[in-house]
Amino acid sequence: MRIPCPYCGSRDAHEFAYLGDATLTRPDPAAPDAAEAFHAYTYLRENPEGAHREYWYHANGCRRWLVVTRNTKTHEILGVEFARPSTDEVPA
Amino acid sequence: MSARYSFLSLISNALNGQTGWKPAWRDAHPKPTYDVIIVGGGGHGLATAYYLAKEHGIRNVAVLEKGHIGSGNAGRNTTIIRSNYLLPGNEPFYEWSMKLWEGLEQDLNYNAMVSQRGIINLIHSDAQRDAYARRGNAMRLAGAGSELLDAETVRKMCPFLNFDNARFPIKGGLMQSRAGTARHDAVVWGYARGADRLGVDIIQNCEVTGFIRDNGAVVGVETTRGAIRAGKVALAVAGSTSRLTRHLDLRMPLESHVLQAFVSEGLKPLIPGVITFGMGHFYVSQSDKGGLVFGGDIDGYNSYAQRGNMPVVEDVLEGGMALMPMIGRLRLLRSWGGLVDMSMDGSPIIDVGPLPGLYLNTGWNYGGFKATPASGWCFAYTIAQDRAHDFNGAFRLDRFRTGNILDEKGVGAQPNLH
Repeated sequence: MRIPCPYCGSRDAHEFAYLGDATLTRPDPAAPDAAEAFHAYTYLRENPEGAHREYWYHANGCRRWLVVTRNTKTHEILGVEFARPSTDEVPA
Repeated sequence: MSARYSFLSLISNALNGQTGWKPAWRDAHPKPTYDVIIVGGGGHGLATAYYLAKEHGIRNVAVLEKGHIGSGNAGRNTTIIRSNYLLPGNEPFYEWSMKLWEGLEQDLNYNAMVSQRGIINLIHSDAQRDAYARRGNAMRLAGAGSELLDAETVRKMCPFLNFDNARFPIKGGLMQSRAGTARHDAVVWGYARGADRLGVDIIQNCEVTGFIRDNGAVVGVETTRGAIRAGKVALAVAGSTSRLTRHLDLRMPLESHVLQAFVSEGLKPLIPGVITFGMGHFYVSQSDKGGLVFGGDIDGYNSYAQRGNMPVVEDVLEGGMALMPMIGRLRLLRSWGGLVDMSMDGSPIIDVGPLPGLYLNTGWNYGGFKATPASGWCFAYTIAQDRAHDFNGAFRLDRFRTGNILDEKGVGAQPNLH
């Protein structure tokens, strides 16, 4: 499996570390349903068979966090973007 | 029905030209309704059906399997049986499984090739020795037995290991001599035959595509062979749990991952038991056929592919080379991948619910094979009695909500690190 890093180009998956589901948003701890929301955020997963948005860290490369969209059935990479969009620009 | 196997049946079939054998289980067709439907014809599902019929007298049971029985993880694992856990919620369950393994072949009248050749977890540092001494004591408290070995004893048992590795010198080991291996396919076939003999319908090539609901309760399943209704629907589908519970709008504390395993060309007897090299993420045993069976970490990313990638192949083989350099002379025969149900705390779930009429058996991570007998036994109890047995009392689905998690390794809610 190779991951096309937007900064470094196509690299072997060996260079990357995996974190997991990138669709989760940390809940508001002050909200009245915070306990329930944190249970879902921490433990419950969609775990889809097919397209999955997930965090990968390019540890042995540019050390940038990426959001990779990958098909979990075929391992095909469907899209890659920086996890923090404001730093998307690649220096000339 | 398949007749009882005995020395007499061997002799009589030898005399009549082996024409008297019957299929070990019937190829059943689905009836419109059952008392209990078990989804998943792997080891756990078939064991559940067997113990439901045997221990609880519930014989109007169907096991639905989308392919052929034992074609998932039951046929892809590395066949190790052991009860060397630490936590009080885990260890009594795995020790009960070990006891069931010890009587399994007599109980099933089937040769599952259970071989108690022992397991050694290698020790490389003082801190690891302390941790394993504690684990060994926990095992003894649960009646599992354990021995803390010094380096000289390990050297006598396994002289081929690299004891003087600069990074991870071998300082001893924790041994459970009752652990060992079993023939994984024979376990599936033995439970299938045992369940069939008690009246259970084993229905293959029957994929569950949805659920029949009545007033919120689960009252049956839609399958590729038609709708089947049941008083109770029990899931034992490992890494496919999330794709079934999605039909019920349930999100599970699970991620499906791929775990690879490997086997070498056949050799004369070489490895005395099971050896685990936790620091190098490598473990190995030798099959009765002679091949070295080994594995390591999961690939570490969500996957339903049942095949892995090269980085883990390389990592496992490097671990093997570090532990026993002579492995470099061997040829790798095969590698394969299985779809494992990694739970958020690394421990399984055997529970009633979370919907009326639904029962869950999942979250076996990379270690479901050893649990097969107790998983079936406890799941059968839970289905029949509508409550957990003491052995699976900690394997609750709501432990993530209540905070009573069972994190054997202490790494937190990060399934790819368990």
